[in-house]
Amino acid sequence: MLKILALISIVALSAFAAGDANFEAVKRELNVPAIIMFLVFIAGTLGITYWAAKKTKSASDFYTAGGGITGFQNGLAIAGDYMSASAFLGVSGLICVRGYVGVIYAVSFLVGWPIILFFMAEKLRNLGKFTFADIAAYRLGQKEIRTLAAFGSLAVVILYLIAQMVGAGKLIQVLFGMEYEYAVFMVGALMIVYVTFGGMLATTWVQIIKACLLLTGVSFMAIMVLYHFDFSFEALAVQAVENHTSAESILAPGGFISDPISAISLGMALMLGTAGLPHVLMRFFTVGNAKEARKSVVYATGFVGYFWIIITIVGFGAIAFLNSADGAQYFVDGKLFGGNNMASIHLSHMLGGNAFLGFISAVAFATILAVVSGLTLAGASAISHDIYANVINPNATDEQVVKISKITVIIVGIVGVTLGIAFEQQNIAYMVGLAFGIAASANFPILFLSIYWRGLTTRGAFIGGFIGLITAVTLVIIGPIVWVSILGNDEAIFPYKHPALFSVTIAFIGIWFFSKTDNSQRGKDEKEMFRAQNVRANTGIGSAGAVDH
Amino acid sequence: MKEELVDRIESNPKYQELVSKRTSLGLKLGAFVLIMFYTFIMTIAFNKEVLATTIGDGVTTIAFPIALAILVLSFITTLIYVKRANGEFEDLTNEIKDDVKDLM
Repeated sequence: MLKILALISIVALSAFAAGDANFEAVKRELNVPAIIMFLVFIAGTLGITYWAAKKTKSASDFYTAGGGITGFQNGLAIAGDYMSASAFLGVSGLICVRGYVGVIYAVSFLVGWPIILFFMAEKLRNLGKFTFADIAAYRLGQKEIRTLAAFGSLAVVILYLIAQMVGAGKLIQVLFGMEYEYAVFMVGALMIVYVTFGGMLATTWVQIIKACLLLTGVSFMAIMVLYHFDFSFEALAVQAVENHTSAESILAPGGFISDPISAISLGMALMLGTAGLPHVLMRFFTVGNAKEARKSVVYATGFVGYFWIIITIVGFGAIAFLNSADGAQYFVDGKLFGGNNMASIHLSHMLGGNAFLGFISAVAFATILAVVSGLTLAGASAISHDIYANVINPNATDEQVVKISKITVIIVGIVGVTLGIAFEQQNIAYMVGLAFGIAASANFPILFLSIYWRGLTTRGAFIGGFIGLITAVTLVIIGPIVWVSILGNDEAIFPYKHPALFSVTIAFIGIWFFSKTDNSQRGKDEKEMFRAQNVRANTGIGSAGAVDH
Repeated sequence: MKEELVDRIESNPKYQELVSKRTSLGLKLGAFVLIMFYTFIMTIAFNKEVLATTIGDGVTTIAFPIALAILVLSFITTLIYVKRANGEFEDLTNEIKDDVKDLM
């Protein structure tokens, strides 16, 4: 452990040194306060990992922190998972460029939470143990359903991971002048250390600390923006309209997605996708009981809702401040230095100089590290718990499962770093949107129907689930972004950017049809078993957690 | 779970009360959130000029208070749900557990 810590610090330092030598190429001097805060954060989180490593022994410790997280802590951690780099940097950047359109994303990202609370949270807690596949496969064929769920989880995790890696690489490149590859490698190495040694306990605490830092930092930024306008949003809006080339239209949905189908489809992906994100769903197993699970959603909804309000202020603040005479220094050839995602980072420099820039940068980096750790743990549990312990080797001991998990974490980390480097030029926000679309089309329908529909059978879930997954991926490939923008064809075969409306509907119909027409004895038995599952889902009687902690 | 236990719980009036009350609350609040959100999305999709209406003589449009209201109301629905679920429903659940203690 100590050796690895030493190795990480050497890599980190040498990477900074390498960055130092290159800084002329990226036109930005080394930001000392940023590096100090960044190293303090790394040292602190590694300390937590060391503490967590001593407490993490069993598979239950590794995947769910032994179920000992409170509702409040879990609420912060869930909010932390949700307030990723694409949420913080992406949405504020989107508002800075297109105004109110970014606010639509913010609103759509929140409304999934009440729905999760009313229909999913406590049932997940009552039925599951480590992964959402525990619920989907509760009364259905373990092999089929866990394989499907693992595919769905990994697809979402990898896409989300690439998006965060690319974000991290770009951020560090801009801030510290470090090479993109070094930056991605460092993120990967730290994340592997957090997760392999500290498991869910370390991952959760890193997430909690980051959520607090992020909420504090962005609040401070929002207050400084409002202070400048005597706490009048109207005055801020007037300034923003005056400075933005699109003038008044930034204050209304104006240019947002021209066709109704895409608007509805995106709304659906963002709302239902939330209920299918494996790294968020697994957090419901870290609390002791259904009561705490419910509380955690209330806290999470409160924190995330508040976050969107302050991000909106920061986004419009960025329009007002950056498009001014003083803000001109942040533009290179008419474009924001480092891309539009850097809007809030530049704003922090304008508001509070190098020290505040350092703080916000360290927070942004912490955000990425915490989110990739959660994602990696979700990916590792899909492979080790769902595939290894339930399909390949059902007699595996606790030690074997934990060992496989740790190996998987390293593999997922390496895959993440490799793809992060390969996908350097891809659009982050779009990849996250795609991850949500797949989560909504593949994971959400089987999870939802397995909880509520007694008629669901293995055949229906397996065939229908794969149809949903394949439809979502295919429609994205033949849609405007991949087919036209990336593959260079003239016209898209599928005209909409967001396929969720179609792929979610097809998944539900497919699952319904292949369950309905399933007359096998196995199908009948599975329908019979719904009663017992439903009683447990409603009361928690017989649930795994109630005894363990 | 044993067949006998499932039968006992299912026929317990408290269990039926719990399920029907909780389902009804979840559906009501869920419908509220969905209708609110999809009214917003449909307005954007089909009649977005409405949202460009300004407030008084200012430049700020009604789109902002509407977005804020959706965020705040979503949070309030979660508060309402958890207040009842962690009080009334949790008590009912504990009573049901007590009733079947001999079988667990």
